Amino acid sequence: MITVVFSVFLLTLLVITALGVVRAQNLFTAVMLTGIFSLLMAANFFVLDAADVALTEAAVGAGISTVLLLGALGLTPREERASGAKRWLALVVTALTTVVLLYATFEQPRLGDPQAPVHQHVAPWYLEKTPELVDIPNVVTAVLGSYRGYDTLGEVIVVLTAGIGVLFLLGLPGAVGDRPRDDIAKGRTYLSHHLVPQVVGRLVIPFILLFALYVQFHGEYGPGGGFQAGAIFAAAMILYALIEGEREALTVISPKLLIWMMAGGALLYGSVGLVTMALGGNFLDYNVLHSNPVAGQQWGIIVIELGVGITVAGVLLAIYHAFAARGH
Amino acid sequence: MSLTAQLPALQVVVPLLTAPLVVLLRTPGLSWAAATAASLTAFAIAVALAGQVLAGEVIHYEMGGWPAPFGISLNIDALGSLVLLLVTGASTLALVGGRDSLATEIEAGRRHLFYAAWLIVLAGLSGIAVTGDAFNVFVFMEISSLATYVLIAAGPDRRALTATFKYLIMGTIGATFYLIGVGMVYMMTGTLNFADMEVRLAEVTELRPIVVAAGFITVGLALKAAMFPLHVWLPGAYTHAPHMVTAFVAACSTKVAIYVLLRFDFFVFQNNLSQHDLHFASFLLPLALLGILVGSAVAMVESNLKRLLAHSSVAQIGYILLGASLISEAGITAAAAHMFNHALAKGAMFLAVAAFALRLSGVRLNDIAGVGRQMPLTFAALAVAGASLVGIPGTAGFVSKWLLLQAAFAQGTLGLVAVVVVVLSSLAAVVYVWRIIEAAYFCEPSAEVQAAREAPLPILAVLLLAAAANIYFGLVPAFPLSLAEMSATELLGGLQ
Repeated sequence: MITVVFSVFLLTLLVITALGVVRAQNLFTAVMLTGIFSLLMAANFFVLDAADVALTEAAVGAGISTVLLLGALGLTPREERASGAKRWLALVVTALTTVVLLYATFEQPRLGDPQAPVHQHVAPWYLEKTPELVDIPNVVTAVLGSYRGYDTLGEVIVVLTAGIGVLFLLGLPGAVGDRPRDDIAKGRTYLSHHLVPQVVGRLVIPFILLFALYVQFHGEYGPGGGFQAGAIFAAAMILYALIEGEREALTVISPKLLIWMMAGGALLYGSVGLVTMALGGNFLDYNVLHSNPVAGQQWGIIVIELGVGITVAGVLLAIYHAFAARGH
Repeated sequence: MSLTAQLPALQVVVPLLTAPLVVLLRTPGLSWAAATAASLTAFAIAVALAGQVLAGEVIHYEMGGWPAPFGISLNIDALGSLVLLLVTGASTLALVGGRDSLATEIEAGRRHLFYAAWLIVLAGLSGIAVTGDAFNVFVFMEISSLATYVLIAAGPDRRALTATFKYLIMGTIGATFYLIGVGMVYMMTGTLNFADMEVRLAEVTELRPIVVAAGFITVGLALKAAMFPLHVWLPGAYTHAPHMVTAFVAACSTKVAIYVLLRFDFFVFQNNLSQHDLHFASFLLPLALLGILVGSAVAMVESNLKRLLAHSSVAQIGYILLGASLISEAGITAAAAHMFNHALAKGAMFLAVAAFALRLSGVRLNDIAGVGRQMPLTFAALAVAGASLVGIPGTAGFVSKWLLLQAAFAQGTLGLVAVVVVVLSSLAAVVYVWRIIEAAYFCEPSAEVQAAREAPLPILAVLLLAAAANIYFGLVPAFPLSLAEMSATELLGGLQ
């Protein structure tokens, strides 16, 4: 009961925030509201007991996306250009879609019903077999890393493609395109006039990095894994760039290293699949990695999660630097 | 496991993992070579798989060694194998012939990223064609779409960016609709595997979420397939993309969406929703006919060669959907065969456009005036492909159009309307293809055109090969037809 009340409360706030994003004329306001939207979404996921998704939404949606949108905002005017056109067709289509979606809800299983089809078919098998086949406590990690590891490889490629796209269009000083390194900020930083964020930032960065490593390597036991860890790691480095300046940040992780991280993580993931093929198994069949299949599963998941983390961190940082360098 | 047994996975994995390698190869020449090698390998695998399918083998592969529905399984049927041939063939021809063309349009410093994105498109589209899992389709749809946006945004002028943005918004809506539909089916069945879905849907059939899911999936995929009136993203995207990207994407990407649409509607829904075939036909048929008429009409008055061909594609997608909406063995055979033949014709025509663009400053009909006499081989290839697009006997296009007409005749009165529309639009095709030929051969050449030489060897060779394929498959259509007939039998097998 309390879950339902919480959910209704959070979802109501979500709708209000969404309307706020649509109505906002000031783009800065809109970006801030999307951050709030993601945070509410994360809370929703958490109320629904989807802790892994909640962590991802909080790290990527509320955290990094907001920073990237702010970076993009540095390249555009702050105010939305007023458009005279009344978009009636769009309104009608949206309203119709809403009505159809509402119609569909009438015969859907009740929230949390143990008899619902999703709890009767594949899920029980995952819960029952994971201790025996993979032997890690977090079943979500087993599903994402092993049972549906091919989908997860696909998602890593999606992230990589986003990085390729941004670098292709905007360039990354010192790595892609012919713009020289001097192009980037000379000592000036976003936060250079603000003492409090500087002091606090310097203090927390090591802890954020440590937390990223914890989320990366504790994913088998608790919520977490490569996606979240990569995002958190990137967040720490972006904070560093904001405090110390672009040039300092790019000295710590050079543009060339960023490119290697982007491609290397995906290659690491893929090469696990190639190794399993070479050892006589199917693509991404970790059983063949070790004489004991369960140990093979665990090794496989650890390595592919590392690949995920490296690519995600590399891509997010590369995208950030591409926008930031452009803004100066 | 033998290498043959690994082919379904390698079909996707080879381009998918060559892509990050290409990101690291920073020399344009090397990255082109790596991309071309991967694409050639993918084409060879697709040919081998098509051989297995034609031999009647059931191709099944379990990713990660997990059985369906717990893991993701790959299933390659006849239609999937046909689509694989189109995707890998178009990519290979465009890459082999496209080096010069791409070098003029994309600066050297970022060309390796372009080739990486190209391979990701190839892997994404192939991934959709081989998978037997509804969510895996979504993942690979995301992969291919995102990378396609990059390729189109690489177009030489800034209008490419607005065209990409339009495509991105529409494409994202399409993918989201598909995902909502798959989510609802999952909610009601607890499975993501196509075959398993079909079985488990029987228990919850006619419930509202399933009916709504069928609607969302169909509309989302129709958007991706550029079905009229959801095609508004297509002309801009095809026109402003680099020429070789247009040749690649126009030949195969909408067809992959049609493939998923047919697979979902025929395998998963037909048996489980009462009168689904009637709903499917009455939704698809009028839109297909309208698309044929409107696309052909606009193509008749368009003066930019690429935009003209893009509008013609809207009409041709209409033919494919028309064949499918007849829900008969003959109709689906015609649709599948037309997928293949239209890819041959349109791919060759866009290759010819790329060849012209290498020698001329623009590709409007005025710009190519009289070029036929300066570039006779390119022009000849264009003319052959144009004839195939119109459906002149002796070319590939005729075979599938003839099948389509026969299938429509078999449907009674409604079929006659379809016949009239197909004939009308074929006449329109005569007009717009003739306008190209008239401009290219009979108009007075400008000074620039008089200075033009024949296109460089790689693109010319590829172009002539594509044109020859249009004649070959017009005279000896056994190979695509047997795959098309098998597709029809498999798709309709769900109906019994």
